[in-house]
Amino acid sequence: MRQLRDQSAVLRTCGSLAGFLKTLSVLIVAWFALSVFSPAQATETSPKLDIGKGGECVKDPQWMRKNHMHLLKHQRDETVRKGIREESASLKNCIECHASTKDDSVIAREDSFCVGCHRYEAVKPDCFECHSGTRKSAWLRQRDGK
Amino acid sequence: MAMNSPFQLLRSHLYYGLLAAGGLLVLMALYSVHLMESQGHVITGMNNQIVWGLPHVFAIFLIITASGVLNVSSIGSVFNKPAYKARAPLAGLLSIAMLAGGLTVLMLDLGRPDRIIVAATNINPTSVFAWNVVLYSGMFAAVAVYLWTMMEKRMAPWSKPAGFMVFVWRFLLTTGTGVIFSFLVARQAYGTAILPPMFIVMSFAWGMAVFHVVQSSIYAWNNKSLDEYVQHRMKNLMGVFVMASLYFVAVYHLTNAYFARQIEFERFILLEGDPYAMLFWLGYIVLGNVLPLLLIFHPALGKSRCVLAASLLIVAGAFALLYVFIIGGQAFPLSIFPGYEVSSTFADGAIAQYQPSLPEMLLGIGGIGIAFIITAIGIRVLDFVPQEIQKSAAAAE
Amino acid sequence: MNQVDLQRRSFLKASAGAAAIAIAPGMMLYQVANGQTAGASSKVRWGMLIDTTQCKTGCNECVTACNRENGLSGKTGPTDSQWIRKIEIKDISSGRELSLPMMCQHCEHPPCVDVCPTNASFKRADGIVLVDKHRCIGCRYCMMACPYKARSFVHEPLHDQNPDVPRGKGTVESCTLCVHRVDEGRLPACAEACPNQAILFGDLNDPDSEIARKVRSVASVQIRADLQLNPGVRYQGM
Repeated sequence: MRQLRDQSAVLRTCGSLAGFLKTLSVLIVAWFALSVFSPAQATETSPKLDIGKGGECVKDPQWMRKNHMHLLKHQRDETVRKGIREESASLKNCIECHASTKDDSVIAREDSFCVGCHRYEAVKPDCFECHSGTRKSAWLRQRDGK
Repeated sequence: MAMNSPFQLLRSHLYYGLLAAGGLLVLMALYSVHLMESQGHVITGMNNQIVWGLPHVFAIFLIITASGVLNVSSIGSVFNKPAYKARAPLAGLLSIAMLAGGLTVLMLDLGRPDRIIVAATNINPTSVFAWNVVLYSGMFAAVAVYLWTMMEKRMAPWSKPAGFMVFVWRFLLTTGTGVIFSFLVARQAYGTAILPPMFIVMSFAWGMAVFHVVQSSIYAWNNKSLDEYVQHRMKNLMGVFVMASLYFVAVYHLTNAYFARQIEFERFILLEGDPYAMLFWLGYIVLGNVLPLLLIFHPALGKSRCVLAASLLIVAGAFALLYVFIIGGQAFPLSIFPGYEVSSTFADGAIAQYQPSLPEMLLGIGGIGIAFIITAIGIRVLDFVPQEIQKSAAAAE
Repeated sequence: MNQVDLQRRSFLKASAGAAAIAIAPGMMLYQVANGQTAGASSKVRWGMLIDTTQCKTGCNECVTACNRENGLSGKTGPTDSQWIRKIEIKDISSGRELSLPMMCQHCEHPPCVDVCPTNASFKRADGIVLVDKHRCIGCRYCMMACPYKARSFVHEPLHDQNPDVPRGKGTVESCTLCVHRVDEGRLPACAEACPNQAILFGDLNDPDSEIARKVRSVASVQIRADLQLNPGVRYQGM
C-alpha cells in the first residue's frame, strides 16, 4: 500500500501525457503484483475443488490457471491436424490425473476439477460437448463391464 | 402530414400491426433455432441422406432473388432507362433485405452457428462456400454504396459506376450460388455447368416478380396507381425472363435425359418421384409458368391485378422448383456402383425420405420475416418510394 | 514526431516486451522439456485392400467393431451416424452378388476437403482424411460432395463418448481409419475384427508392406475410379 501512496504523489506531480503514461504503467504493474501476491484475499472466495490425484507434471498451479487453455488449444491443433500426440498437454492426459478419485470425472459435479473453477470464473468451456470428461481407464472398465 | 384523420390513424396502426407480425415470424424462427440448437437437427426432417432441407430452399430463394430484384436498378443505371432509375433505390433496399433474410436462415441452420466466426477466420480458397462468404458480404457493401450514391446528391456522379459495380457483382453472386451445386461432381442432379447461368436467368424472373409484388403493395398503400406504360414494360420484361428460365430448365432436363446414366434420375424427378414429379409439373410448370405467362401476355388480361397474380404465381413456382431441385436432387440415390443393384442400412440404392418439420419451416419463413421488416422500416424512414418524374412513353425512352 | 509520441511508443514497446517475456519462457521450457513426438509423416500413405471374395453376406463384424471402438450407437435410423456399412451389390447384367464394407475411402484428392469452407475437413500428411471438429461449423457441404456417402452429421447431443474418439452434436464425422489406434501402431478396429481377414490395412507407399505387395500382384479397383480421386481404399474381386 505504501507503494501505491508513493505513486499517487507521482501522479500529482506529473503534467505531461508521457508522465501520465509512465505513472499508469507503474500503477498497472503494482496492481498486477498486488493481485498475484495477495493469496489471503483469494482463498476466502475461491472455489473448493476436487483436484483428483493432482500433481505438477506441466507447470506450477498458478501458471496453469492462467495458461492451460493456450496449451490445450495449441496441442489440439497439433494432435488433430498433424498427428503429434504430446501426452502431457493432451486433454485426455490432464483428465487422467485430475478426474475425481470418487467418480472418475472432471465434470460430473459442482466441485469437479473443470466445472468448479469455470463456474467460479463464469467461463463456459465447450470441450465436453465432444470430449469425454471421464478418465479413460474408468471409461474402458465401464464399457467392458456392460 | 396530419395524423388526426381516422383513416391515417388506422393506417398507422395497420403499419405497426404488420411490423409486429413480421417480428413475430422472426421470433418464431429464433425459437425454432433455439430448439434445433438444444436438441440437435433431429427435430428437423433433415437427415444423413437429405442433408439440406427446407431452410435451404428458403435461403437460396431469398439469395437468388436478392440478386434478381436488382434488375430494375441495373436497367436504370447501366442501361439508362429513367422509368427504372426511379425504382432503383427500392430495388437496392429489397436486395439488401432479402440477402439479409437468406443469409440469416443459412447461418442459423448450421450445426454450430455459434462458430460462425470460424468461417471468417479460416477461409479455404478451394471452397465455393468460402468464396460465397466474400461474395455475399461484398454484395451488402456494394449495394449500400450504390444506395448512398443515389440518395446523397453530392455522390450522384458516382451513381453510374456504383451501379455498374453492383451489376457485375450480382452476376458473380448468382454464379457463386449456382456453382455450389455445379461443383458436386458425384451427384446426378447437380454437377453441370448449366446451373450458374440457369440460376442467373431464374434470378431475373423471380426478382422481377418479387419487385412487382412489393411495388404493387406500396402503391396500393399510398393510393397511387402505377403508370400504365411502366407497368406494361415491366410485365413484358418479366414474361420474357420467365420464358428464358423455363428454357434453361428444359435444357437441363433434356441433357440429363439424353445421358444414359442419368435417365433413371430424370424418370424419378419428372415422372415417378413423390412428391417431386407432381411439384415439378403442377407447381413449377403450370402454376409457375403457364398461368403467369397467360396472365401477362393474353390480350384480354395483363391488367395490374393480373400482373400481381402472375408475380405471386411465379414466386410459388420458384419454391416448387427449388424444392424439387434441392430436396428431390438429394432424394435420388447416389450412384456409387454404376451397373449394380445396391442395398444397405444407409439407404444406398433407395430413395431417401424427407418430411419437413415445423421448426425448419418456421426458420425459413423467419427469413422472409427479416426481409419484410427491413423493407418496411426502410420505406418508412427513408425515401425509397418510386417517384415518377416523367410519365409519358416518350420520356421513358 | 514529438516527445510525447516517442515516449508513448517506447512505453508500448516495453509493455509488449514485458508481456512476451512473462509468457514465452513457460511455453519454450515446456516444449524443450517434452520433446515433440514425430506426428504423421508424408512418407506414409495409409490404405486398405478389401477382398470382397472373403467378405460374407450377413456378416457385420466390422460394423459392430467400428461402433464399439468409436462409441457409435449402432442404430441405423436416417439420423444415426454410420461410419462403416455393409453394402450388398448385384451386377444387373450377370446377376453376380457381392457383399462389401463401405466407409470413407481416404481419397488422395478428397472432394470433402475441397469444398469445406473452414478447412475443417483435411487430409493428414499420411493420407488419412479427417474432420477437425474444432473448426467444423456443420454446413454439411462435405456430405453433399462425397461420392461415397461416407459422412454422417451428428443430429443429437451425445454423452459418454470414448475418451479417444471425441464426437459432438452439430458437426460432421466419418471413418477416421481409427487414427487413434494407427498412431499407436495398432490396426483399425474393422480390420482387426474381420473373421476372414478380408480387410488388409497398411502403408501403400512402403514397397515391402504386405498391402503394397498384394496391390502389385492381384487385380483391385477403386470405387468410382472415373472421378480420379485416387482413394486409399481398394477392392479386390469386384
